Amino acid sequence: MKADQSLDCVGLYCPMPIVKTAERIKQLKQGEVLEVVADDKGIKLDMSAWCEATGHEFLGVEEEDNEIKVYVKKAHQ
Amino acid sequence: MVDKEKLTIAVLSGDLERALSAFMLATTGAAMGMEVNMFFTFWGLNIIKRNEGGIKSKGLMRKMLNLMNRGGSKRLKLSRFNMFGLGTWMMKRLMKDINMPSIDEFITMAHQMGVKLIACTTTCGVMGLLPEKDTFRSEVDSLTGAAYFLGEARQSKVTLFI
Repeated sequence: MKADQSLDCVGLYCPMPIVKTAERIKQLKQGEVLEVVADDKGIKLDMSAWCEATGHEFLGVEEEDNEIKVYVKKAHQ
Repeated sequence: MVDKEKLTIAVLSGDLERALSAFMLATTGAAMGMEVNMFFTFWGLNIIKRNEGGIKSKGLMRKMLNLMNRGGSKRLKLSRFNMFGLGTWMMKRLMKDINMPSIDEFITMAHQMGVKLIACTTTCGVMGLLPEKDTFRSEVDSLTGAAYFLGEARQSKVTLFI
């Protein structure tokens, strides 16, 4: 999936990927996509829950070996 | 999202693992756009006590209590498997291995994310502490009582007691 910005969270566990995502999403423009790369499996459900709470759009997950990429579209400022 | 949802956490325990869970939830709540209040009482006050010594108190019993129970984020122990500090030391090593923030880092992070840290004044008295800003680390926002906690809890979507 194509993303406007990428956030490296490899080696980080809950709650750091979510905390970092919340921080980074501020730098994106509305409609842009953020890719979060992580290796903690918890992120898949965590990120969709975060999107539901914050109103951003959860675009999906891509998994390759131990690397998990989740995609979030910034839905509002 | 119109009004911010509120998360209120009462932290009664000063055990390392409970303090960690409280801060994980607090920082995650803040990241999810919630307004977070953490209310520290009884042993929980140890988490936000200044790490450096010289915490003032009044009366012999309180001074003794303060001496035996120094507190401070760096001195928290596991509730089980502490094994005279060995278990806690090992757990802290493992936390570092997986890049988990320490309690100290969690407090700084929570503060920067707008989480409010509140000390309970009533229990300061029984824990041998003066209910003053100087007793606690600089990130602590205010000192107050049960009515404030309930006032916040009434308006909160989620209230936790840890």
